[in-house]
Amino acid sequence: MTLTAPVATPATAAQQPPLLSVRNLRVWYALRKWGFGLAGYVRAVDDVSFDLPRGEAIAVVGESGCGKSSLMRAILGLVRPHSGQILFEGQDIWAGGREGMRRYRMQVGYVQQDPYGALPPFMSVRRILEEPLILAGIKDRKERLERIIRVLEEVKMSPPEDFLNKFPHMLSGGQQQRVVIARAIIRDPKLLVADEPVSMLDASVRVEILKLLRQIQEEHNLAVIYITHDLSTVRYFSERIFVMYAGKLIEKASVKDILESPRHPYTKALLAAIPEPDAENAKHLREVPPGEPPSLVNPPSGCRFHPRCPEILRGLCEVKEPPEVEVGPAHLTSCWLYAEERPSRTA
Amino acid sequence: MLRGAWKEIRHYPSAVIGLVIILIYAAISVYTVIAIPYEEAVRLWRGGEDIWGDNPRLAAPTWYNLFRKKKLPLTIKMDDKHPSVKDLGYQQVDDDLWVHDLEYAFDFQADEFPQDVALFFQAAFQKKAPYVSIVWIRPDGKEIRLEDLSIRGQRQVFLVSQAQRLHKKLRLPEGMDPVVPLFADDYKSENPQVLKGTYKVRLETTLFEADSTINSKLVVYGKVHGWAGTDHLRRDLSVALLWGAPVALSFGLLAATGVSVLTMIIAAVGVWFGGWVDAAIQRITEVNMVLPVLPILIMVGIFISRSLVVMLLVIVALSIFGASIKTNRAIFLQIKASPYIEAARSYGASDLRIIFFYMIPRIIPTIIPSLVLGIPSFVFLEASLAVLGLGDPVLPTWGKILDDARVNGALLQGHFYWVLLPSFALMITGIAFAMLGFSLDRIFNPRLREL
Repeated sequence: MTLTAPVATPATAAQQPPLLSVRNLRVWYALRKWGFGLAGYVRAVDDVSFDLPRGEAIAVVGESGCGKSSLMRAILGLVRPHSGQILFEGQDIWAGGREGMRRYRMQVGYVQQDPYGALPPFMSVRRILEEPLILAGIKDRKERLERIIRVLEEVKMSPPEDFLNKFPHMLSGGQQQRVVIARAIIRDPKLLVADEPVSMLDASVRVEILKLLRQIQEEHNLAVIYITHDLSTVRYFSERIFVMYAGKLIEKASVKDILESPRHPYTKALLAAIPEPDAENAKHLREVPPGEPPSLVNPPSGCRFHPRCPEILRGLCEVKEPPEVEVGPAHLTSCWLYAEERPSRTA
Repeated sequence: MLRGAWKEIRHYPSAVIGLVIILIYAAISVYTVIAIPYEEAVRLWRGGEDIWGDNPRLAAPTWYNLFRKKKLPLTIKMDDKHPSVKDLGYQQVDDDLWVHDLEYAFDFQADEFPQDVALFFQAAFQKKAPYVSIVWIRPDGKEIRLEDLSIRGQRQVFLVSQAQRLHKKLRLPEGMDPVVPLFADDYKSENPQVLKGTYKVRLETTLFEADSTINSKLVVYGKVHGWAGTDHLRRDLSVALLWGAPVALSFGLLAATGVSVLTMIIAAVGVWFGGWVDAAIQRITEVNMVLPVLPILIMVGIFISRSLVVMLLVIVALSIFGASIKTNRAIFLQIKASPYIEAARSYGASDLRIIFFYMIPRIIPTIIPSLVLGIPSFVFLEASLAVLGLGDPVLPTWGKILDDARVNGALLQGHFYWVLLPSFALMITGIAFAMLGFSLDRIFNPRLREL
């Protein structure tokens, strides 16, 4: 089974559809002129497809501004895609209207980057955790309290009674992030979207939070989309890594393949940029891709990485978009270097 | 957050003083509404001579005597059942002629002349009305025959100030107060002084029918009255001053709360839905901000209604699209972008839930000081409208006292209390709410920066 199942594949009765499948997703933001005229689009996510089976964790990595957050927001149903589909258990999340979206949201948890900003400062921990339960229609106060206590124990905030009436500013950064995680999993979701969950935490608590997320994922058989720009935390966490550049997924592979045999020149550059705690590093300059991430309003023609690519094939990369090539088992990359058939160069 | 504010208030003496004044003010309001119910207050304030007839006109408050060497007299009032009234005998003189004499006696010790002397009569008869002679007996024994008159009505009044025949008989010098000859040691002297002592009034009644009767009442109008004085219609100003408190408090509170809460909700709705909703709210606000409020209120007062409730509604309607929409909007725009709102959307909170449970609670601490500071400005607005003659037609308020005082030239004629008391009440209100409001602002402001 290829990872990018074509849209036309019929989901047979025996073959359960993947938990989440994203088909040719485009998230474009309209740029307005004079308040109503259309001046173009910011192509934050452009033609992205992937499948996510139950219980699997994937990481989406890429620089700031590459479209990771837009992809995540589209998956959460917070922005309406320009085109393409997001199928959850085979159902388009936008097809069911308000009620369909409500049911979908019951099964998705969201862990944000800034734990303090993610918690309403005027609500107690109890109230914060109660909100998703109230919205899920649980009327019984006692049942809600039981679930809150259970989830607080699960995120290792014990004794839970000590935290119920605390306000977010009374908690440490790590504790705040545990509350955010508790809120994300309190409705027993099937999918968890984590947007750089540790980037704003102290290094000392990062590993703990990542281990906690991993443990929760395994216990609940959760599918997790882990969005980060930091490759060094990915290996703790996910089975597969998607590398995103300028709105496109340019390489999809297992963690092992990406870390040991990266194929796309951009992935290689990203890996080279991982800081290693070694005093020798201070003595030589690291090679990083030159230039800036491209504008998403007018992305470069052809391969979007070509202006920064050290291995550019002149006359091809800047003209034609590269196809997705299978370079190994379950290892896909969009790069002309690995294409078996290359069209003749124009220049 | 709010509980913390309560604890912090104690560290601000001005807030404590302001709060104490406001609490006293609220207690007075509650007392007034219970002691003088609304209907009673309106009846009293619109009443005429039948209610206020026994009060002096334009009398200063009693406490004014504390600042004076020459004490002003209080009103003395007694009817013919009063224990000090002496019955001098009832006898039949002829077949159809009876004589009945009464003698009123009162002690007068003030240093200034009273305002007026009045006798009220009420007669019962079949055909022939009874006849009364009024004789004034001074402490020095001199007797002055004030008037002879037949009592024909249910309520007939003899007023020394209006007894033309008496004035002629006494050869009253030009410009002299007619009560002076009755009370002065020597009214023809340069500077007549009050003769202190016991005065008597003898009523010599002649009745022409066996079952004919006559009732009377003596009022010696003083020059001080109550703790608030009286106005040109003999009305006790304390009624209006007391009723001014609940009216001002509820008006200010309702207007300020209504405006703050509605403004907050409108700003939140505009920010949350954005697009044309936000644009429409912004344009309405901009147009409304340049509309002159006072002229519109005057127009409403003249053409529609001067009722306090109508004014309240118009003021709220004109104020909700005010400058605070803009400041609230700025804060809400920041709140809307915060991650916890995105989180709330992701777990399925509805638009209304986000507006009321996630956005508005965040802004409430910043709203409270401006709400408290807004109360006196609405109280003053109501008073200014009343001074412009657009006060509520029935309710007694501080503004209407000031309006009456202005119309009747109170300050030109030296009726200081008429202006001083309502102004003082307004000032205290303003100061109390300002002291509390500014302290609350200092308490909540550091958090404002956090937003």
